[in-house]
Amino acid sequence: MAKVTFNEDLCKGCELCSTACPVSIIKMDKTKINAKGYHPAAVEDMAKCLGCANCAMICPDVVITVER
Amino acid sequence: MAIVFEKTKGLSNVETHYCPGCTHGIIHRLVAEVLEEMDVLPKAIGVSPVGCSVLAFKYFNIDFQEATHGRAPAVATGIKRVHPDKVVFTYQGDGDLASIGTAEIVHAAHRSENITTIFVNNAIYGMTGGQMAPTTLPGQKSTTSPLGRDPKHAGMPLKISEMFATIPGTAYVERVSVHDPVSIRNAKKAIRKAFEYQVAGKGFAMVEVLSTCPTNWGLSPVDSLTWLKDNMIPYYPLGNYKTLEEVK
Ligand SMILES: Cc1ncc(C[n+]2csc(CCOP(=O)(O)OP(=O)(O)O)c2C)c(N)n1
Ligand code: SF4
Ligand code: SF4
Repeated sequence: MAKVTFNEDLCKGCELCSTACPVSIIKMDKTKINAKGYHPAAVEDMAKCLGCANCAMICPDVVITVER
Repeated sequence: MAIVFEKTKGLSNVETHYCPGCTHGIIHRLVAEVLEEMDVLPKAIGVSPVGCSVLAFKYFNIDFQEATHGRAPAVATGIKRVHPDKVVFTYQGDGDLASIGTAEIVHAAHRSENITTIFVNNAIYGMTGGQMAPTTLPGQKSTTSPLGRDPKHAGMPLKISEMFATIPGTAYVERVSVHDPVSIRNAKKAIRKAFEYQVAGKGFAMVEVLSTCPTNWGLSPVDSLTWLKDNMIPYYPLGNYKTLEEVK
């Protein structure tokens, strides 16, 4: 079991996390606009998360916390 | 569940001004994580450059001094000589280090100042809007090489790590990248080593980090990572260029 949490209002929608995710579960949430004006990153199906922390490793804005 | 990744205490809570996907943010975090893991945050002093990372002092949770353009190594020399017990580093871009500040960095290395330099090579001047840097690749477009860099009159890009490996005063020189999670983990190991050399009193240590500038490269952040991997790494091979002796 693993979980990622996004500090959503800090996200710049750069999509680096989504390319680094080996199970491709991170997408930019087009239904939301954050305080900075971007579509923030979000996980669609948390049950698939491996807890590998690749997304957090590549996020330039330290938006992501990972638990496993 | 236990936390396996969270923000390091080495970074402040100030939001960075960096463009979306700019890898300066990753490099800041790696430096901050290394300083935290080495338990030297209270005695770390950074010197920030002129360039996009001019405001780095706001983003780290440690002492910092801002330097004039290219002069961070001279400022760091003064700080380290007055405070030899502190952990002193410069954080410099390629315009700052490899262009206007070449004399300062070469001679800091030549004197083997016991400092660490994090050299961020993004093959362009970011802050001023994308002019050609000494590190811009042949054929790479910039605002001052709109048809692409022509080595016939601009010369070939300067290979800083290779050059610094030949300076007798350097103790540790390594080139790394941050284009994917594996390279980021390797970059962190090199940054850690560069700081360990300083703590062991071995002299000048530098890590050159290949970095992206999506805004001035005119590419998306994701495409910038691919561009770095496909174009920068072949000209700027990753790896260790100098290790004086292993530091434990
Ligand atoms: C004495 C002086 N000359 C020129 C400038 C203009 N200037 C500001 S930043 C910069 C280059 C920045 O490029 P780089 O060091 O590669 O850092 P980046 O912004 O790409 O991170 C220049 C030429 C200046 N600020 N001061
Ligand atoms: S890498 Fe960070 S800033 Fe970029 S989209 Fe993902 S969470 Fe947002
Ligand atoms: S201009 Fe380039 S180097 Fe500067 S913050 Fe933007 S992407 Fe980063």
